[in-house]
Order: sequence, then structure tokens, then C-alpha cells
Amino acid sequence: MQKKYSWYSLLKAGLSGQDWDQAIPLVEPKSKYDVIIVGGGGHGLATAYYLAKECGITNIAVLEKGYIGGGNTARNTTIIRSNYLRDEASSLYEHAMKLWEGISEDLNFNVMFSQRGVYNLGHTLQDMRDIERRVNANVLNGIDAQVVTAKEIKEQIPIINTSQNARYPIMGSSYQPRGGVARHDGVAWGFARAAAMLGVDIIQDCEVVGIEVEEGRVKGVKTTRGDIMADRIGCVSAGHSSVLAKMAGLRLPIESHPLQAFVSEAMKPVLHTVVMSNAVHGYISQSDKGDLVIGAGIDGYSSYAQRGASRVIEHSAAAILEMFPIFSRVRMNRQWGGIVDVCPDACPIISPTKVQGLYFNCGWGTGGFKATPGSGHVFAHTIAQDKQHPLAVPFHLDRFTTGALIDEHGAAGVAH
Amino acid sequence: MFLIHCPYCNEEREQEEFSPAGEAFIARPVEPEGISDEAWADYVFYRTNHKGYHWEQWVHSNGCRKYFMVERSTITHEILKVAAFGADISE
Repeated sequence: MQKKYSWYSLLKAGLSGQDWDQAIPLVEPKSKYDVIIVGGGGHGLATAYYLAKECGITNIAVLEKGYIGGGNTARNTTIIRSNYLRDEASSLYEHAMKLWEGISEDLNFNVMFSQRGVYNLGHTLQDMRDIERRVNANVLNGIDAQVVTAKEIKEQIPIINTSQNARYPIMGSSYQPRGGVARHDGVAWGFARAAAMLGVDIIQDCEVVGIEVEEGRVKGVKTTRGDIMADRIGCVSAGHSSVLAKMAGLRLPIESHPLQAFVSEAMKPVLHTVVMSNAVHGYISQSDKGDLVIGAGIDGYSSYAQRGASRVIEHSAAAILEMFPIFSRVRMNRQWGGIVDVCPDACPIISPTKVQGLYFNCGWGTGGFKATPGSGHVFAHTIAQDKQHPLAVPFHLDRFTTGALIDEHGAAGVAH
Repeated sequence: MFLIHCPYCNEEREQEEFSPAGEAFIARPVEPEGISDEAWADYVFYRTNHKGYHWEQWVHSNGCRKYFMVERSTITHEILKVAAFGADISE
């Protein structure tokens, strides 16, 4: 088994050259588990971790069709914030934020969580009204939030263009000081390693191709590495949630879309915080490595291809340049897409299903990364007790039938 | 990015000229008052979200502004057929 990381282990391995243990052990699947988690992304791994750590269930397999840190967890723009409008959503994201604040110590893995602040810009009077409403809602919910003026933004971010001559002048913004970024693939590795240390089997290169259901109860899964039995199965497969649901004879209120992002060449520190704009549609931060990380919107058509149209990233690049003319000659290095599972109300589904023992955690759409620990935490409790965690209750699948949607389009917009 | 053949303009144009309009063949229930909440939810929110070839709707928003149907792969984006509403798509 792996050792705990510490100053001593770092020093020893650093001096001796090559004394690193494999961080995530490669294991063969057993024929039966207490719980199977389908999907080895951040949310799935966090679910397994909290099941093992807090719910006393350690006979768990996480089945990942690719490799750990190869899916959406490593395809997002790493932004973390909890300044959502609705009580239900902000409680869930704030739960995640509190877990983020202790996550590196908890996992014994530095996920480079950096609370560098998040600005959500407003460009019209209506934007500013919405921002004031959202900030007030946040403050009432005990979440740090403030409205800042264009002048204050300019003082904090000298390179931003607050000129009145812009096509959509910046009028102000909301600011969440505790927001920030984290190293996204590090989050997947950290949760995977911590879960493995608690006895969870992390099985990579293992695609689920069928779900066995008998008399309304889930029995196990068929995979590319053989059949695996379990009485409880949690599906956390983001863009492929509908595909898994179909295997169990279910439908979901979800459409899969490509979401694109791109990064520039690395450069010296120039942007110390996170800037997002729903109105002109772009969001940007600078990674610790030095590259500018820029997120675009989704393509409107449904797709399972991890790529999108160039006009979508062109649109975001144009928006970023209007806000930061200084970046006009920055060369872009890489561009990619991930498949996101978009729900009609821009809120996730954390829910049991009509099939007993089968649970879904999906529909995070364009903004799931920020919720990773919170999502895993409430989903673990939901699976362990066969009863939704109190914070997950509003996110039941039933809301699409009862009409109790949680409309977060206002707070989330495009830059979710 | 891909090209779409508009069955009304009868021209192959860039996808950018068109807007997607969701899955095809989702019929509005004839008597909304008479069906269950589950059936209504299925009509309004639930989708097949098929991986592979499926029929979907597009509108030529920067062209003739007419709606039509496209059979497209959601994996490769390859388009097999386009058809106007009411056209015979069996074959």
C-alpha cells in the first residue's frame, strides 16, 4: 500500500531520485462489490472516497472507461465558486466550497486550491440588477459576496478595459473572494489515491456496456472486463448519463453537448484572479503554469464528439479581447471539448431512480467541477442510506414531474 | 463545424447559418389535460439523447427561416439525410 505523503517522504524521494510509489494501484475487478460507481471522474471518485471514509462501505469499485483524469475533470476551466442565486443551489455549492477549503489536507494530496477570487462582470443595467439581487441572496445565505464598481475592478485588475467606448462597457461586477481555481486533474488523482488508500478498487480501462436489472432491482453491470455484481450502483458519467440510463431502461431530462475551452502559451503572471462574463460570453484565469485558461460556451446541437465548432471559441476569444485588449497577440496553444450533460434548469440530478439500487448523479452541465467534493459527499450519503442527503433533496428527478425546477440560468448563465 | 443541405433553399450551407431545434418526432400530446404528470414531463423535459444516428430538427435561421429534419450522427456529425416535415423518410 502507498505511503502517506509528507515533507519527509518528499525529501527522501527527492534525494534518492526514484522512490515514488504508484499513486493509484492497478487492480483487476472482483466479481462482486457492495457498491459500484460508474465513472471515474472527480464526482465519481469523490463519491467512492466519502462512501469509504464516512459511510463505512469500503467494498467499492469505481469503473472508468478511460483513465483517471482523462475526461471532463481534466477538460474544464477549473473555476470554483458558490455564488448561486437559489437557496437550493447555493447551499449545495457552498457545501462543496467548505470541503474544498480543507481538501488538500483531507486527501493528503495538494490539489493547488487557490482562493484568488472570482469576478462576474455586468455590462448592462439589467446585468447589474441581477448581480445585486444575486449578491444579496448570497449574503443572506452566509456566502461571501459583494458588488464592486467598474472603478474598483480597474484598481484590482489594471489590464482590464473599463472604457466606455467598449461595445459592451463593464459597469461593475459581483465578487466572491473565496472563489478561485484548483488543479483539476490533481483533484481526480487526489480523490483516486485517497479512495484507493481506504480500500476502494479503482478500475481503469473498464467500460460499462450493460446494466442488469431483475424485477425492478439492479443486480450488476456488464463491462468490457467481465460481469460485476453489486446491489447498489451509482452512475456518475456526465455526458454519457443518457447512454447508461438507457441500459437500465430509463430516460433522463438531459441533452449532451460539446463544451469547449482553450489555453494560451505560458507567460509571466499577468492576471491574478478569475474573470467571468455571462453577457459577452467568456471566462478567463491564468494557471499556475502561466497559460491563460479560457472557456467558451456549448454548441447548441446535441453531440457526443469531444469537439465543437470553431465559431464558438472565436466568439469567446472576441469577448476576452474586448475585456483584455492586451491579450490580442497572445498565441493559443491548445483547444479541446468535453461532453456535458445539460439539464433543463441548469441544475444537477442527484437522485434514486425507478430501478431500486440504481442512483444517478448527473446533469451538472457546464459547471460541475466546482461542486466535485460536495457532489461526491451528498451522493455517497444518498447511496449509503438509500435516502437522499438533505442537501440533495431538491435535486430529485421528480422535480421535472412536479414542476419544482431550480432555475439557475440567471446565476449560472453560460459561464457556469 | 459541418455543412447542412437545406431542403427548401436546396443548397449546401455552413452549419453556422442554421440553429439546432432539438430532437425530432416529439409530438405535443393531443389532450394535455387528460394525461398524467409523468407523460407531460416526458414530453416537455425528457429526451432520448441518442448516441449515434438520430433525427433532429434544425431551422435555417440565417436563410429561409424554415424548420426541417436532419438525420445526423451525434458521434461523427455526419449527416445521412435531410427532409422537410411530412416528407417520406422511410426507405
